[in-house]
Amino acid sequence: MAVPLECYLGLSVALFTLGAIGVLIRRNILIILMCIEMMLNAVNLAFIGFADTFKAVDGQMFVFFVMTVAAAEVAVGLALVVAVFRNRATVSVDDLNLMKW
Amino acid sequence: MQTLFYILAGTALVAGALVVFQTHPLRSALWLIVNFFAVAGIYLLASAEFIAAIQIIVYAGAIMVLFLFVIMLLNLRQPEEPMPMSALGSRILAVTLAVTTGFLVMFGLKQAVIIPARTGPPGLGNTESVARLLFTDYLLPFEVTSVLLLVAIVGAVILSKSRLK
Repeated sequence: MAVPLECYLGLSVALFTLGAIGVLIRRNILIILMCIEMMLNAVNLAFIGFADTFKAVDGQMFVFFVMTVAAAEVAVGLALVVAVFRNRATVSVDDLNLMKW
Repeated sequence: MQTLFYILAGTALVAGALVVFQTHPLRSALWLIVNFFAVAGIYLLASAEFIAAIQIIVYAGAIMVLFLFVIMLLNLRQPEEPMPMSALGSRILAVTLAVTTGFLVMFGLKQAVIIPARTGPPGLGNTESVARLLFTDYLLPFEVTSVLLLVAIVGAVILSKSRLK
């Protein structure tokens, strides 16, 4: 008795929406990065759901590559956060508006 | 199996909501770990054992340790200050936009006709079949991935140096 695809996709959309809400309403740059991770995770869940439904391993390959990109993104992103905090002593995106048009 | 899926999905959703609505980033990070573990359980249900193990090792292990390390390094004592009232409208607009997008995607998915495959290759999703595909059909992306990780390492080291020239 397999889980139907609709369940996977529903959960994936719900998690993605939660992450998007977090990115849009939170002001702390660390929490915004975490919400981006959650959105990437939601997309991974959709890939795994499709892979399970269509019995193909290719979906799992894409999850593997998304995880690699997520790891690289977090390493560079957190290095940027530390560098910004050293210069400006803030992690609020409202104070980081130097390049805002 | 269906019941287990719903339990894990509920856990993931509650933990995800708590990530967004906690005031302190440390608590958000800890709830995000709970979310990752719940999603890893769903991967196990979907017969993707290798990806579930990678999820726990890379996400819940490496990435979240990095997050907790940075949060504690920055030592943010004061909680996030509440938004000024002028930003309340944009906040409501943002939530409406995100929820509307979610509903639109759901609506589009309802229209699609999906016929699940009945049988697949034997041993689907175990480490052997993943590795076989990774080193044959997906060899070039795999190699490009190593270059990407090298670039990320160099970038992180350069950014973390105290004096930027």
